[in-house]
Amino acid sequence: MATTIKPAPWWEQLLPVAVMLLAVIILWYGAACGMNASGAIERVLDPTGNPWTWQDLVSVTLNMERPILPAPHQIALDFWSSLVDWPVDSPRNLLYHVAVTGQTTLVGFVMGTLLGLVLSILIVHSRTLDRALLPWIVASQTVPVLAIAPIVLVILGSLGLEGLLPKAVIAMYLCFFPVTVAMVQGLRSPQVIETEMMHTYAANRWQTLWLLRMPAALPFLFPALRVGIAAGLVGAMVAELPTGATAGLGARLLTGSYYGNTLAIWSALVMSALLGLVLTTFVAGLERVSLRHRR
Amino acid sequence: MNSVSANANPALASRTDARPAVEVRNASVVYQTADTPVAALSDIDLRIGEGEFVSLIGPSGCGKTTLLRVIADLEPISAGSVLVNGVTPHDARLARAYGYVFQSPALFPWRNVLANVMLPLQIQGNSASQSRVIALEHLERVGLSGFEKKYPWQLSGGMQQRVSIARALAFEPKILMMDEPFGALDEITRDRLNEQLQQLWQRERRTVVFVTHSIAEAVYLSSRIVVMSPRPGRIVKVIESPLPDERFLALRDTQAFMDVAHAVREALADGHND
Amino acid sequence: MQPAPHHSHTLTLAAVAATALAAAFLLLHPAAHGDAAPTPFFWLCTVALGAGAIWTIRRVAALNTGRFDGVLTAGLFGLWILYFWQILVVAFDVPRVLLPAPALIAQSLVENWPKLWGDFNQTVVRAVTVGWVLGSGMGFGVAVAIDRMPFLQRGLLPLASLTSTVPLVAVAPIAVMWFGFEWPSKAAVVVLMTFFPMLVSTLAGLQASGKLERELMYSYAAGYRRTLWSLRLPAATPFIFGALKVNATLALIGAIVAEFFGSPTVGLGFRISTEASRMNMALVWSAIVVAAVTGSVAYALLVQLERRAAFWHPSVRGK
Repeated sequence: MATTIKPAPWWEQLLPVAVMLLAVIILWYGAACGMNASGAIERVLDPTGNPWTWQDLVSVTLNMERPILPAPHQIALDFWSSLVDWPVDSPRNLLYHVAVTGQTTLVGFVMGTLLGLVLSILIVHSRTLDRALLPWIVASQTVPVLAIAPIVLVILGSLGLEGLLPKAVIAMYLCFFPVTVAMVQGLRSPQVIETEMMHTYAANRWQTLWLLRMPAALPFLFPALRVGIAAGLVGAMVAELPTGATAGLGARLLTGSYYGNTLAIWSALVMSALLGLVLTTFVAGLERVSLRHRR
Repeated sequence: MNSVSANANPALASRTDARPAVEVRNASVVYQTADTPVAALSDIDLRIGEGEFVSLIGPSGCGKTTLLRVIADLEPISAGSVLVNGVTPHDARLARAYGYVFQSPALFPWRNVLANVMLPLQIQGNSASQSRVIALEHLERVGLSGFEKKYPWQLSGGMQQRVSIARALAFEPKILMMDEPFGALDEITRDRLNEQLQQLWQRERRTVVFVTHSIAEAVYLSSRIVVMSPRPGRIVKVIESPLPDERFLALRDTQAFMDVAHAVREALADGHND
Repeated sequence: MQPAPHHSHTLTLAAVAATALAAAFLLLHPAAHGDAAPTPFFWLCTVALGAGAIWTIRRVAALNTGRFDGVLTAGLFGLWILYFWQILVVAFDVPRVLLPAPALIAQSLVENWPKLWGDFNQTVVRAVTVGWVLGSGMGFGVAVAIDRMPFLQRGLLPLASLTSTVPLVAVAPIAVMWFGFEWPSKAAVVVLMTFFPMLVSTLAGLQASGKLERELMYSYAAGYRRTLWSLRLPAATPFIFGALKVNATLALIGAIVAEFFGSPTVGLGFRISTEASRMNMALVWSAIVVAAVTGSVAYALLVQLERRAAFWHPSVRGK
């Protein structure tokens, strides 16, 4: 069932969102001071032997090298510097990692969507597949699919497949489940009177599929695509972890975590949120174009 | 806006002179729309005595539902005054002076029939056992004993609406307001429910304000018929019904009935041509 | 729309029995348990059995006996897959590190049960349960709290959808940094993942009650809290349970993946990633089986709970 609330028009949302953002940023600065305080006192202020004031504490906690919680401006600076201070194809530049992860996600997404479409068409037209396969696909949504990522990578690695493809396969695996389930629901959504009407036109199954079922299924497809591409992004990032990968946002998070480089972690986090936003907006744009003539 | 009494029988005349259950004076309701203000109700004057059964009838947009909702404190008036039992609609609502029956039953699907009828009783602070006894009695009065444990979706539309009526009457309000309660039902069920409502009113003599767009229903049920017309919403004519108080469905084929219906139809046509 | 062909039940039953018997016989062939190289005769039998398996699945799929038809077909399909997996993996002598046979996985499951039980305890009983309860609870609480503040709602919802695009993978290392290696950091990841779906769904559910029903409560002069308790919360239960079900899946995934980022030497995610790097695939599969069963059982339990609480909703009634 749909669990979305109708959003207010954007101008009505601007003020509340701006206020919330401001509140979040203020709280963040406060939290940064609080959480970094003990480390700051231990490592920076006390060793100097001089007495320190609140202002010193605040300025130190907000500019530490290895903070527990970096201040927003620190993250912004690190983010920016990684974009402009290094050439685009250097591993120090976040855009390099975005390209790697983004490519994997998109390839996996396209493969997963195609697989999901084909599978859903087959399921809708074959009673056998519908009863034998669909329950497993639905049940597998309750299984933590991401846990399988390491296995898949090992299997594919030993088959000689390295690089982009195994990671894209994992992203594909995560995309095709929501697409299949949603498309099956969508392809079956036409009412009985509509399918009976096609029957009176002596339309064969392919015509019914193309002229009735597919258009009826589109409103079901796009929300699933949005879920699918977000899941694909997560899959791509998780796929970068096990093989000691050095490229991609997931790998960057892992290396940052190993070396205690907090700022790198947060920059990568912001970048992955942005990438997720761009990808879902892209799909939402596709939706708007495809469904522009509908209610 | 004329308050015309047809050749009424004296019994009815004395009823309208008694303390009015509802008194509407110069009431207007104006909605501000994007282009021009819309007068849903304009200068309404109406007095409803205790124990009367008054129908509001008219085409869509004549304001009959708006008038009912104003009396029920579901909508505010823009001008004029409305008194229910001598107090404002707001105070009357807080004093639980009336029961409201909507166009659709509005039963809670997670409560069985008995629990649905108990709802207003519980809200008003009665204990569970007290509420249960009262609710059972009212279910019997609408002829639904034996259905207490059923859930709304297990009942037909007519039965659901009967539960809704039982619920509205459960806390014995002085006034019952009904907004096209039988509109969604088929004619046969509607006739039976009309008869039951009539008999209920006979027994209990509550004040009933009833909105409908069926002439036959209005004539059959009411002691007084208020004909309204739209743009702006106003009262065209008030017709006192000369029909006897005890009514059975066969009454609808008599000449007296058809005369009243004819009068109503003419008034509606007049209102339409204004 | 294809009309279902009319098949007799006894023939289907006979077909299934016959192929099952043939499958059992095939297992006796030495090639089936790796004692000898497969002969052309063996391959012929396997292919014939494969065709037979497909035939039985089709027959069972065409049945119309009642409520359990779907389960029967899917179950039969699953059993055949397991069977052929076993036979083919052994016959092709697929290296154990690549794809172990089901029998091997079962064996590993039984042998390593104490280890896996400890992992289950760590991941599911602690991180997942605590995180799911906390995250869903907080989501519900905040939703009820801001129910009367449309300003906050309008400000919070876009931010909420923004955080849902932050892949959980990004949050896990930060959680480890803040809360340490132990299970609280995984629970923290789960809390973050489950908070917003619950918040959004509860808010949507609170607005789901119909206009007439709300006016009814108004005509009873029922106050805000009474209306919330008697009308709006019951009307919101289908939405709340929808979110709880989704959150159960998210919680399990979140806890396991968070363990990929660092964990004490116990936990399902830890088990999967370390045993995978040691190429001990049988144990990896065993851990995945544990996780899969947990996820399915949790979901089924929630469906049962939903059936009790939201029995009145058309989707639960089966309309």
